[in-house]
Amino acid sequence: MSVEIDVRNDRVYTKTHEWVLVEGDIASVGISDYAQKELGDLVYAEAEPVGSELSKGDVIASVESVKMAEDVYSPVSGEIVEANESIEDAPDQLNSAPYDTWIAKVKLSDPSELDELLKPDDYRKLCEEAQ
Amino acid sequence: MISYKTDLIFDLPQTGGNRTYFDHERLSSNIEGWYDKALLREEKLDFPDLSEIQVVRHYTNLSTKNFGVENGPYPLGSCTMKYNPKVNEDIVANPAFARLHPLQPDETVQGTLKMLHLHEQQLCAITGMDAFTFQPAAGAHGELTGVMLIAAYHRDRHDDKRQVMLVPDSAHGTNPASAAMAGFVVREVKSTAAGTVDMEDLKSKLGDDVAGMMLTNPNTMGRFETDIKEICDLVHEAGGLMYYDGANFNAILLHVRPGDMGFDCVHLNVHKTFSTPHGGGGPGAGPVGCKDFLACYLPKPVLQEKDGVYSWDYDRPKSIGRMRSYNGSTAVLLRSCAYILAMGAEGLYDASEAAVANANYIFTKVKDHFDHPEGKPMHEFIIAGTRQKDEYGVSTLDMAKGLIENGVHPPTVYFPLIVHEAMMVEPTDTETREGLDQLVEAFINVAEEAKENPEKLLEAPHNTPVRRPDEVKAAKELDLKA
Repeated sequence: MSVEIDVRNDRVYTKTHEWVLVEGDIASVGISDYAQKELGDLVYAEAEPVGSELSKGDVIASVESVKMAEDVYSPVSGEIVEANESIEDAPDQLNSAPYDTWIAKVKLSDPSELDELLKPDDYRKLCEEAQ
Repeated sequence: MISYKTDLIFDLPQTGGNRTYFDHERLSSNIEGWYDKALLREEKLDFPDLSEIQVVRHYTNLSTKNFGVENGPYPLGSCTMKYNPKVNEDIVANPAFARLHPLQPDETVQGTLKMLHLHEQQLCAITGMDAFTFQPAAGAHGELTGVMLIAAYHRDRHDDKRQVMLVPDSAHGTNPASAAMAGFVVREVKSTAAGTVDMEDLKSKLGDDVAGMMLTNPNTMGRFETDIKEICDLVHEAGGLMYYDGANFNAILLHVRPGDMGFDCVHLNVHKTFSTPHGGGGPGAGPVGCKDFLACYLPKPVLQEKDGVYSWDYDRPKSIGRMRSYNGSTAVLLRSCAYILAMGAEGLYDASEAAVANANYIFTKVKDHFDHPEGKPMHEFIIAGTRQKDEYGVSTLDMAKGLIENGVHPPTVYFPLIVHEAMMVEPTDTETREGLDQLVEAFINVAEEAKENPEKLLEAPHNTPVRRPDEVKAAKELDLKA
């Protein structure tokens, strides 16, 4: 049962289905359409607190759906400068608008890490293979 | 008259009635003379101060809010909610079994040891294994024990590079958890669209670092792995061992044996396959069986028989050691032993046929109302609420809540993880024809309601004392007293 997966061309992705949208030295992080479909209806989401210093791969947020609990990993290193508190009250935004709902904003400490992330076409391929 | 009041026991009127049978004042006034003051707490314990009848009424009222297999159909997929025959309760209540202490000398518990020995022989015959341990206290504990046997085998051969356990992506979460707990790295094997092991993917994941593979058959999608012989051969050729997860053994009892399929060790869920109670966190049993070449690694002590005398053998130098205190939940194992004796080989054969027939009966009648994976189910089937979700905004969770109002327990939902909006339905062999028809009607009712009156399902259930618990709050803010 394959489903349509939305992959946006304006951003980059991780193998673990996070997206990153960069403006200047600030990276917004969220979860992809594939991720939200796999998780199912989200009932809980909370980002790590503002000020947290993250290395690439550290947990940046926790999400829980009706069927599982997962960590969201930071695709980049840096300090969390903003956390989207609205997802705590309405985690379903991550289902209905995964690309319009950032989870946290990270001030990049090593912008070269962005080069290692997946381009939209590569990520699209990854999702197709995973299905 | 049933009370629907749901006061917590801490909120009941504290009448101090627990002094009915004991002279509480006199007992507590003396206590300081008995113990060093440093050992006594300064503040009074915050216990409910109730009379016996208040406590009994409280829990009896709570029990009326429960729904069990003794109330109605309970098709919780993968969990196998079989009816537990009452005769087994009579047998375990026999003081000759019930009044024993696990530390009694062997010669004073020969009857119980004989029963365990008989049970081991039964399980060996049914699974095609050569030896069993009764130490594991539950299915997942059995998984851990089984993969520890595999680890011990490779370690004993100094084959230290074998660090990887293969697990299908459809597996129970306990499989990767048990493998990780035993120190293995988990490597996932993909499933085909039909829900069976993807043979090409399996081949690509094999290598000299593979210690073994954990598999259920029928698998977690409720499908029989028809390539099982080839799967076992491939893993064996690569130097790995095959672990059989007994989660779905109730579907194939006496039709085919894990030992004959090529598995090297197994665990059994006696509460699924052999009708023991589901425990609710109480004592359980997850016996683990293995082929001869693994028997030296079994937890010790091992039950042995010599000239009709039974004893525990501690002289097991290669044993992985103890998996728990004492030697197993004997009263649970007595129930499964009694069940096997009562059913006999033909009865067990018929039970697994009935389990498969019952699931297919419901599936055939409801399948057009839902999406579902292709292929033929065994003892349980999967239907998906994707159509209802996309077209009417009604999720599987909403339909599950709606089923409650049809007088049945909902099936397992959102599992297996690889099927979106999954409902996993397992009526078991003990469901009646009337119960099956009630389930069919219930599923068709909610499918129609999703189409015609979705708002009602979004609000379901309407008639229960608690409607929709806040599951996130319950999980995140654990405070049983607040």
